[in-house]
This record gives sequence, structure tokens and C-alpha cells, in this order.
Amino acid sequence: MKLIGATAIEDKLQDGVAQTIEQLTKAEIKIWVLTGDKQETAENIGYSCNLLREEMNEVFFVAANSPEEVRQELRDARLKMLPDTEEDKFLIPETILGDTPKVVEDENVNGDYGLVINGHSLAFALESNMELEFLRTACMCRTVICCRVTPLQKAQVVELVKKYKKAVTLAIGDGANDVSMIKAAHIGVGISGQEGMQAVLSSDFSFAQFRFLQRLLLVHGRWSYLRMCKFLRYFFYKNFTFTFVHFWYAFFCGFSAQTVYDEGFITLYNLVYTALPVLGMSLFDQDVNAGWSLEYPQLYVPGQLSQYFSKRAFVMCALHSWYSSLVLFFVPYAATYDTARDDGKDGADYQSFALITQTCLTVTVCVQLGLDLSYWTVVNHLFVWGSLGMFFILTFTMYTDGLFQLRPSSFAFIGTARNCLNQPNVWLTVALTAILCVLPVAAYRFFYSQISPTINDKVQYRPAPRPRRTRLTRRSTRRSGYAFSHAHGYGDLVTSGRFLRRHAPARSMGLISTGRSPGFKPTGRSAGYSPVGREQNPKQKVEPTSLQMFRAVKDTSF
Amino acid sequence: MMASSYSAKEEDGHHSGSAGLGGTAIRTRKPDNTAFKQQRLPAWQPILTAGTVLPAFFIIGLIFIPIGIGLFVTSNNIKEFEIDYTGTDMSSPCFNCSQSFSWNSTTPCRCVLFFSLDQPFESNVFMYYGLSNFYQNHRRYVKSRDDSQLNGDERSLKEPSKECEPYRTNENKPIAPCGAIANSMFNDTLDLFYIDPNGTQTQIPFIKKGIAWWTDKHVKFRNPSSSNPNLTAVFIDTAKPVNWRKPVYELDTDPENNGFINEDFIVWMRTAALPTFRKLYRIIQKKNNMTPTLPRGNYSLEVTYNYPVRSFEGRKRMILSTISWMGGKNPFLGIAYITVGSICFFLGVVLLFIHHKYGNRNNSSDIPN
Repeated sequence: MKLIGATAIEDKLQDGVAQTIEQLTKAEIKIWVLTGDKQETAENIGYSCNLLREEMNEVFFVAANSPEEVRQELRDARLKMLPDTEEDKFLIPETILGDTPKVVEDENVNGDYGLVINGHSLAFALESNMELEFLRTACMCRTVICCRVTPLQKAQVVELVKKYKKAVTLAIGDGANDVSMIKAAHIGVGISGQEGMQAVLSSDFSFAQFRFLQRLLLVHGRWSYLRMCKFLRYFFYKNFTFTFVHFWYAFFCGFSAQTVYDEGFITLYNLVYTALPVLGMSLFDQDVNAGWSLEYPQLYVPGQLSQYFSKRAFVMCALHSWYSSLVLFFVPYAATYDTARDDGKDGADYQSFALITQTCLTVTVCVQLGLDLSYWTVVNHLFVWGSLGMFFILTFTMYTDGLFQLRPSSFAFIGTARNCLNQPNVWLTVALTAILCVLPVAAYRFFYSQISPTINDKVQYRPAPRPRRTRLTRRSTRRSGYAFSHAHGYGDLVTSGRFLRRHAPARSMGLISTGRSPGFKPTGRSAGYSPVGREQNPKQKVEPTSLQMFRAVKDTSF
Repeated sequence: MMASSYSAKEEDGHHSGSAGLGGTAIRTRKPDNTAFKQQRLPAWQPILTAGTVLPAFFIIGLIFIPIGIGLFVTSNNIKEFEIDYTGTDMSSPCFNCSQSFSWNSTTPCRCVLFFSLDQPFESNVFMYYGLSNFYQNHRRYVKSRDDSQLNGDERSLKEPSKECEPYRTNENKPIAPCGAIANSMFNDTLDLFYIDPNGTQTQIPFIKKGIAWWTDKHVKFRNPSSSNPNLTAVFIDTAKPVNWRKPVYELDTDPENNGFINEDFIVWMRTAALPTFRKLYRIIQKKNNMTPTLPRGNYSLEVTYNYPVRSFEGRKRMILSTISWMGGKNPFLGIAYITVGSICFFLGVVLLFIHHKYGNRNNSSDIPN
């Protein structure tokens, strides 16, 4: 045979893929790749994305033809990673009663391992008698790459992880064959681009470049979780406080269900006086700005651990409300017990007491919101001060003569605002209750930020970051982004690295030409990382678990 | 390494099917790059640092403690005297009146109590009657009134509100004023006499107007057809409340204190918040700057015992009190301010110590990256 020439098709990764994957790995997200490519291509993609590395202890290849062989290979891999595991002990909590789903717990292994499994073996591994075995082995590895996978199998893998792990899964892809995976995962992300719009149309989020995933998760996802939790905690707090006061008053009104507040106040409390501030908080709040969020992916972990709103957080919120309601009732009670106004006239009547308690409550929840808000934009200022102002304006308006003349029975509180709020006694009571409710919270938070500061606390003390381009640290020395993709033969030989093994450190530059493959030029520093543009859109399956999150990179080419 | 030469066409998610054709505007779905939409609004970001929290604690402590001391001293300077005249005890002068109460007795029961004041009362002295275990804040009780009727509405006079049930009509005539609150109006009469050293009793003059809120007296409570001075004619065809001895147009001879605008009635209708309360009864005006309003010595209180409290184990008392800028005698606010101020200051010290010892954990250099 006479060699006439060679053809090659270059299909490069998108800009910033490897860096994104690195950041997400730091955020305790586990990454799996589900691709339809051949094994060599998938492997090389893995190396170029930094998913598979030189320093990994071992990379297991499961490519068997029968179920028993697949099982054996999976088992061997598992025993190598954790030699002392028992055969059938799956770390699944057994339940005697009921039908609670079994959850495979995470197991920690020493060292980094990778798993590469092809579609044929995956078909056997996903059967019900072997799926837990496969899941367990796969979860012990740092990276899992499934190659030659059909669209249905992609969805099956996602569903397997969803079913048996306490994890949130994210699937990202760009082609029509990713649609089933995107729909199966908790969060589906579609990349719009050359492959068409099918993935985009079936996804929850869509963007054009893979690297935007970093911002989606680490900045917007994190902020969203933070805002939601703050909103919930504050909402429960203000309503519990509002309601518990009636419980205490019941002891003093003969358990007759007399409300402490004016009915107009009860109607307007949740509608006007406290609605906009909390809405502003849940729209604009940021604890750490975008730059730092990207730079410190560890900030993402509290969301994975459900730290900001859990049963414990709810109980703390309820306790705080209970304490606040005690203060909000008994301080006005004691301050007006059997007393009179400064001109001797009645100051301890029901209407004055109601107004004092209302004012104390509104001011206290406002101050508490001020303590919770960590990002005061113009809109927040407007909402908070505006709501407080509206409280006073509406109170005075509702208690005027004109409205009373209109409907005496509805506006029976006439004159109360004028007569009650000109007493220095009343304002001293309001100040006392506000300080007494908020001071323990401030002290508690400050105390914990000094004793055991979280990463959020530490980052917040730093000034705003300068925007700089972070450089990807390349560790892989011998892999290139170029793969020879043909049937078995020289491909294995070339990519085995026997010609190319270097012991130099990561940043070596220079060319090595070997006799056998003239066009093959690995460059030390950025081998495999070609930030040139015609994207090869990698598809990612991202699954965060409570300790680790799984993610899959999938590639549509070939 | 190959130079990067990617095309920017696909960069931002443009759907540029006809991108760049002849300068027409490319339809872009990119969101606006404004500070509002990109969440870059300038903002104030307060954090709890030692530099803000600790001074705040100390300042609050330093402000609260003097305020508390001022309140406490003011409260201590207010003079107050209280005497319980319920008459449950056999040795009490009003025992007979409390035991032998009946609704339709024509002769009122009288009892006299003697007491002495150790200190003279300066400036205006306010005389209150106080009730205990009387739940004016019970929900059904609080609803039982008709504010339109009390405002002088003619229609409500003839047809009181349903809330007044069962005190709405009596013998087919509408009750004016209707409701349980009006029905249970306090009707004891209290008279104060000064007994000077040689035994002569002088009655102390009272002022019975100016005891209710101005807005109550002039806006909320109005007599019906206020242009007609003959209140008997105005209230014709109405019945008096069931437990009253006299109808509403006979509450006082003074036409400005008669009918719905009677101030004792108005004060009673302003329901109290708690089961133990006091209501202003009369004002004793100061004479001049030289003589105290109530000098030291012996006094006697003459009670016309009309109001039964035995059935609900209530108690009645008479209170004489002076007033200051913070109202009546109430040491609670003073003590509370002092306590909170000291706790605040103490917390400030503790947190300062903790910050000094552990504060360097916030050093940002040990964030793993």
C-alpha cells in the first residue's frame, strides 16, 4: 500500500471549559461525562478538560461483553479503591417499615480514581441487578466517563443517580440527543449553538457557552439560595412574632380572642408595612459579590449542605420569634400597667395599648430586617424607609376625624394616634423594645463571626477584587488534544505515552518530535487545551450531592 | 500552539441567521447591560465588624443608663396614694355596703374611710378610681357598643347596632346608650374631706370637666340633634340602660356635661386594655404656688357605694396621684432602661474581650484557594 495522505478533523473545546470544570470541582461538584464518542476521544477530552489527570492513582476501564464480566470488572475496581469493603454491604439504611427509598451513602476513598465505561457495558451495568454496584463504584471515583452512550442511556444514568443518591443533578448538553438527559435531571441546561435549538427548548436554563455555567452556579445559584433562605426565615419570623403576641394577651383578656392590634393594622401589616422590604431583600441581596463568588468556589458548599434553611434554622427562627413576642407584649404591658398620660388623662386604654404594641412591632421587624439585609441598594432604602413611613402616615390617616365621620364603626380609633404618640413614654417604650429584640441577635452573630468565622465572613472583610484573568494550572504533561480516532491499532500505542513520558515539571515548553508520528506535537504547558473557537460543545452532567456532586461531560462529535 | 481565532458570531447567543446583513439591526436577546439588570447597583454593604458593633454596644449602654436613672428618679418623685374600699374584710367600713347590695334599693349606701397623707401633694392632683379583675378588654364586651349612636346619629338612636345585643332594646324601646360597656358604667360617688387638726371637715373642691380626651369629647361623642338644648325631648322614646338608676339625659345638670358628652361616661367608654386599670375621676386643682394642693394630715373619703363588684371578685380602690412628664408613677421603664443599659455595656466588654482573643481568626489569608 502506498500512503497518499491523511485527513483530520479538528473539533475543539469551547473557551474556558477546563477552567470551568476546575472551579466546579472545587465547589464540591462531581462531574461525569456522557458522550457518544469513541473511547479514545472521550479519554482525550477528559485529559484536556483536566477531569482525568496524570496524578490519578488509576483509571479503570470497563469494556466487557457479558454481564458477569462487567460485574467482575466493577467489583475489582471497587475492591482496589477500598480493599476492605464487604461484598454486599451497600451502606444503604435498611428500613423495616415503610417504603423509604434506599440511598447510597458516599464513601471516601484515598486517592483519585477515574472510571471509563463504554455504552455496551453500561447497558449491562444499568440493569436492576447491577445498577447499585455500578453506582457505588462510580461514586467512589473522582471522574466517570461513559463513552458510546445512547441518548436513552444518558437519561438512565441521570435517573440512577437521582434515585439512589441524596443529590441534585444538573445535565448540560447541546444536541438533540441530550434532550432526554436534560429532561431527566433536576436542572437541565441547554447550550445554544451549532447543533440547533432542541436542547435549548427542553431545558430550564440555556446559554451559549459552556463557561457560563460557572457563573450560573457559583454566582446566581448561590445568591438565589441565599435570598430564598433569608426571605423564608425573615417571613416566618415576622409573622410568628406578630401572632405570638396574641397568645400572651390571651392570658390578660379572659381568653376571649381579643386582638392586641387594630383591625386595620392586621390587614395592612402583611400587605403594606412589611411586604416591600422583604421583597427587596429577596431580589437584591448579595452577601459576597460576584467576583469573590467566582474566585472562592467553596462558598457554594453551604447551599449543598442546606445550611441556611433547615429544620434547625427553622427552630431557631421560631425561638427568636417567641422571645421577640415576649418582649413585644410584656414591655408595653409593664410600661402602661395602671398608669396615665402626662396630663393625667387615660393612657392605658385598649386603643392606646394597641397602638403602642403596633408601633413597637413595626419598628422592631424593620430593624431586624435592617440587620438581615447585607446589600442596601437605593431600592432597598426606598422600600424599608418607605414602609416605615407608610405605617405612620396610614396610622395617622386612619385615625383622623374625617374618616371617623364617614364610618364611625370602622374607624373607631379616632384620636388615638394624636393622643398617644405625643407621649415621650411611648417612644421610650418603642426604643426599648426594638433594642431589646435586636441586640441579642447582633451579639450572637458577632460572637460567632469572631469565634468560628465562615468563609463568607472571611471573604466579606476583603475589599472588592480586581478583575484578573485566572490562569489555568496545567498539570498534564503528555496529553494533547489531538487524538487519533480510528479502530484499534496504532491509536493505543500512540496514546499510551510510552514515547512521550516526561519527568519535567508542568511548565515545560518545547517540542518533542518522535520518529513515529511526525505531526504530533505535544506542548508542555497547555497540552490539550486549545482555546480556539469553533466549539465542540461539551455536554456536562452536573450533580451536586451533599458531599460531592457528580457531573458528566458529554461530547457530541462522533 | 495555534493562535485563537474563534469567531465572535456565536459568542453571545445571538441568533444571527442573517447576521450583519447590510447593517440592519441584529435582533439580540441579550439582556440590557444596565446596573439594575446586571445586579451591579451601587450599594452600602454593612458588615458586623468590631469597629461598628463594639462602639454601638457601648454607646447604647452609655445612653440608656442615664435615661433609666432619670426615669426612675422622676417616677420616685411622683406621689401616689391608694386606698382599697371594696369592703370584703369585716373590719372595713364598707363591709355592710358590699354585702347588702341590691339593685332596686332607693336609698344609696354610704361608707366613710379615714386615711392620712404623710407628704403634701403639690401641683395638680388627680383622683382616680381603680378596678381590678374587671375585664374591659373581653372581646364580646369591647364590641358591645354603637359608635354611630354615640356620635349623635339620629337613625342609630332609634335603631341601635346589632352588636349591642342583649342590651339593645328594653320593653320595645331602644336603649340609649346601648351595649354592655355603657350598661356597666361605674357609678360610685367619691367625696374627699380634709380634717384639719381641730376636727373641722372641709370638702376639697373637684373639677369634673377636662378628664376625657379632647377628641373624645368634641368629635367622637356628640348628642343627637345637638342644636336642641332640651335633652329630655331629644331622648324621648328611648329607654335607659338596664343597670342605670338615672337616664342618660340626667347625668349632670350642666348642659355641656349631659347626655352622651358627659365626661364620666366618656371616660368609662374608653375601655381599658388590662384587667387592672384606673380611670380619671376628678381633678383637684392647685391653689397657688405657696400652699400645697393637699397638705399633710388626715382625710376622709365618703363613698356612695353603688357599684357591685363582689360577684366577680373584683376590687375597687381610690387613687390620688400627681403627674410628671412621663405620666403616672411607674418605675418599670426606669428599671428596664438601667438594666438593659448595663447588660449592653457588659456585653460590650465581653465581646471586646472575645474579639481581642479570637478576632484574628477572621484573617483572610487563610482562605484555601
